Amino acid sequence: MSAAQEVVTEAPAIDAVPKRAMTLGYGTSLVMLAVLILVPLFVKNFIIFQLTMLLIYGLAVLALNILTGGSGQFSLGQSAFYAVGAYTSAILMETFNVNYALTLPVSGVICFAFGFLFGLPALRLSGIYLALATFALATAMPQLLKLNVFEPWTGGVQGLVVTKPDAPFGLPISQDMWLYYFTLVITIGIYIFSVNLLKSRSGRAFMAIRDNEIAASAMGIDVALYKTLAFGVSAGITGVAGALGAIAVQFVAPDSYTIQLAISLFLGMVVGGVGWLPGSIVGSAFIIFVPNIAEGISKGLSGAVFGVLLFLVIFLVPHGARQVAVLGQQLIGKFRKS
Amino acid sequence: MLSVQKRRIAAFATAVIAFAAVSSSSALAQKKYDTGATDAEIKIGNIMPYSGPASAYGVIGKTEAAYFKKINAEGGINGRKIDFISYDDSYSPPKAVEQARKLVESDEVLLLFNPLGTPSNSAIQKYLNAKKIPQLFVATGATKWNDPKNFPWTMGWQPSYQSEARIYAKYLMKEKPDGKIAVMYQNDDFGKDYLKGLKDGLGAKASMIIAEESYETSEPTIDNHIVKLKATGADVFIDIATPKFAAQAIKKIAEIEWKPLHIVSNVSASVGGVIKPAGFENSQGILSAAYAKDGADPQWDNDPGMKKFYAFLEKYYPDANKLDGSVVYGYGAAQTMAKVLEMSGDNLTRENVMKQAASLKAFAPDTLLPGVKINTSATDFAPIEQLQMMRFKGEKWDLFGDIISGELSN
Amino acid sequence: MELFTNQVLAGIATGAIYACMALAIVMIYQAIDHLNFAQGEMAMFSTFIAWQLMQWGVPYWGAFVITVAFSFAAGIIIERLLFKPLAKAPILTNVAGFIALYSIVNSVAGLIWDFTIKQFPTPFGSSPFLGSQLISTHQAGMIGVTLLLLLLLFFFFRFTRMGLAMRAAAALPESARLVGINTSWMIALGWGMAAAIGSIAGMMIAPVVFLEPNMMLGVLIYGFAAAVLGGLTSPFGAVIGGFLVGIFENLTGTYIPGVGNELKLPIALALIVIVLVVKPAGLFGRPIVKRV
Repeated sequence: MSAAQEVVTEAPAIDAVPKRAMTLGYGTSLVMLAVLILVPLFVKNFIIFQLTMLLIYGLAVLALNILTGGSGQFSLGQSAFYAVGAYTSAILMETFNVNYALTLPVSGVICFAFGFLFGLPALRLSGIYLALATFALATAMPQLLKLNVFEPWTGGVQGLVVTKPDAPFGLPISQDMWLYYFTLVITIGIYIFSVNLLKSRSGRAFMAIRDNEIAASAMGIDVALYKTLAFGVSAGITGVAGALGAIAVQFVAPDSYTIQLAISLFLGMVVGGVGWLPGSIVGSAFIIFVPNIAEGISKGLSGAVFGVLLFLVIFLVPHGARQVAVLGQQLIGKFRKS
Repeated sequence: MLSVQKRRIAAFATAVIAFAAVSSSSALAQKKYDTGATDAEIKIGNIMPYSGPASAYGVIGKTEAAYFKKINAEGGINGRKIDFISYDDSYSPPKAVEQARKLVESDEVLLLFNPLGTPSNSAIQKYLNAKKIPQLFVATGATKWNDPKNFPWTMGWQPSYQSEARIYAKYLMKEKPDGKIAVMYQNDDFGKDYLKGLKDGLGAKASMIIAEESYETSEPTIDNHIVKLKATGADVFIDIATPKFAAQAIKKIAEIEWKPLHIVSNVSASVGGVIKPAGFENSQGILSAAYAKDGADPQWDNDPGMKKFYAFLEKYYPDANKLDGSVVYGYGAAQTMAKVLEMSGDNLTRENVMKQAASLKAFAPDTLLPGVKINTSATDFAPIEQLQMMRFKGEKWDLFGDIISGELSN
Repeated sequence: MELFTNQVLAGIATGAIYACMALAIVMIYQAIDHLNFAQGEMAMFSTFIAWQLMQWGVPYWGAFVITVAFSFAAGIIIERLLFKPLAKAPILTNVAGFIALYSIVNSVAGLIWDFTIKQFPTPFGSSPFLGSQLISTHQAGMIGVTLLLLLLLFFFFRFTRMGLAMRAAAALPESARLVGINTSWMIALGWGMAAAIGSIAGMMIAPVVFLEPNMMLGVLIYGFAAAVLGGLTSPFGAVIGGFLVGIFENLTGTYIPGVGNELKLPIALALIVIVLVVKPAGLFGRPIVKRV
């Protein structure tokens, strides 16, 4: 073994999630669905708004799960795709008067292309180096959005105000409630798509690459294609989430899409369980509500309380919410047997 | 047991009925009160960055909370206690929207007072105006808050950045008409707004500006920008920076032995927060402008207003750093808010509070410079528009000249 | 031409800051094969401790030594308490742990010492260095300290048993255990050393950038970039990387018209990514051969 080289037999950086455990069982899924459909009927508009944001960030974490948990590519740059999706939607709605629903597929496609193109040079990078590259992207995005040359469209540092749509056909429900159900339908659609994607040939290719890239390549998988595809799909979904975010918050500005967002999405993925798609919503709940809880406990030390809570979570369940679900399943199994 | 189908219909029907019940009850608007005000208390909401990159400003929220504690201890306003509810937005606009909605829809406050940051306030402005909730005395100097025609529920407080920049422009055109100006500005709404005011103020003489350097808050140090600007041969340096970077600039300029006419923005004029760390010997002759008294300046030690301020700190916020300009700021803003609530008497509707806020005449909080007064009207939503220029000498600022109004003809 | 030289010199001065931080980053990478996001915050906290000691009357060098020793111990304690339990957890969970640590340290520092900037003294004085107005004696001193640290680290890793043991533990933990190396304590030692180096970096950097809880974020980003550019396995590379990043960043800001100033950081990072594509292990890193 030469001292001039480091020979590394790498264990996969990302745990494989057993395929059986990748989604929730039918029963649990239906219960979740019922909860998501019924709860907004009983709560104030503000809570509905928070639930909408829950779904939106859940989508973004889902996208990251596909990229990292699925194809093993570590990304700290999701905030960039989220920003592009948000701004695309905002500009289309405010400058070109496009209907809000139509802006979603446009954002998705543009971000898919963007992610795909980014994935190309990123092919040669992995692990910490890919992290740096995606980090560079995330820090570049607010800067790009602030540039003077783009100001006539982006509004520069001041950002753009977005008009929230009313419920169509004059339905007697609030804007918030309409937007929530609209988002819910899209989220369910994307979730089903993602689950099927990971179960398909492409999904298996992703996972083969994640577990052992060289072996996958040796077995004939077009690693370059699938890696960039994973980036593209992930970016596209994040873009749709960003577009929905822009509509829900009614405002886009460079300060909304900093590296803090990318880090939050990463934490959401870890807490939810890397590679476990249903965990995305748990992760999303963590990053929305736990900072509020931390603030409630101590305003001066809210960051510290948040850190402590995060530590508690990762000590108790290092594999995230998936671990909790597995434990739950085992308990139910034992219960049934007795 | 009902069949699955029938159970679903029953559930749905229940949901519809529940929904109808919830949406038909609306808040009864009473004659004297709007939501958030009662005989016993007034709830006011606030949003501050207690965490994240701008957490240095969280101190303003803490000062205001302490001030309202003092008001309550002294019997409240017109017999009502103030419930000051402040949430953290980490300087992130989406979070600010969430917190604003929480304050309005969940905590049901009467108004929002002194929310901080241009991006956050821009994000919530439309929502608050649509809901007709006062967005009073926003903690940002952006010029756009003085727009009663389009945003009748939003009002600023501190002198706008553009008006301050114009004052410097006027000064330069008079005192150094053939000067060559180098500007360093923070690349965000604060810096850009200032720069615009400067250029507008110089008008035809904007060509005096021979170099503009922007910097990002993510840069550890701005030293290399200073080096670059010195190389342009400029003899006037205008520093549109936040405290840390302004201090770095003062230090570096002294180190490389550049001696321009150095103007620093009011935001970074605090003796304790900027000048002292940068070094008194490096700061001689620096110019700035002020509208408030500096807690570190011994010339105000016997000023009655400041004495009240120091007494307040000692009793209600002993941990506060007196030298931090943000603490003085919070006190002044809170005092203005208290005045408006007092003027509203028993008519605590949002409309009346807004009306009273727009009727301040020559009101002088304890911490403003002598001669600087707050004036508002139905067409003037900029409470403080006056500043006085000052020059740093020895260990303190020497105010000079008249109180200048930086009024922008809107 | 004069502007060019000036910018290069200024870049070297700023680069010294990045080089300092990059050394700490390489140190932790040698120990645990990953970047600790909280490295910068730990350095900041250590610098505050030094400042507090000096406020209480301890002279500079006394405070310096106490702080370095304290940081070394603190690094080991943090690793034993918080990260040893996570040793079996996936790497990403560990990264989440680093982020949590960052959050805690930053928040606590803000509460104890508030956010107003504080002056931090330098033992080297602040006059122009050799008459040059671009590099002050402090910055020259900082470069000197960085190079000294580099030399010490080089000797440590190359010529001491402990250094060899640490390298072995990081490269091939299984084999290292077989020859009797306590790999777990090697990691703790790595943390301690990284924390100590970080504290020195913090105390060198604070006089230039002013001490406040958020002072290290920018430095960490650039330090990380510098370490990656130089090669995460090479302390020498880290230092060179630091200077290169400083110089390159300055030149970008000066010579690329229009957007150069606003896009300095992204362009610097993009350049590093390009270098990585060509030389995946960084300029001076050992090339990594992956086996199936």
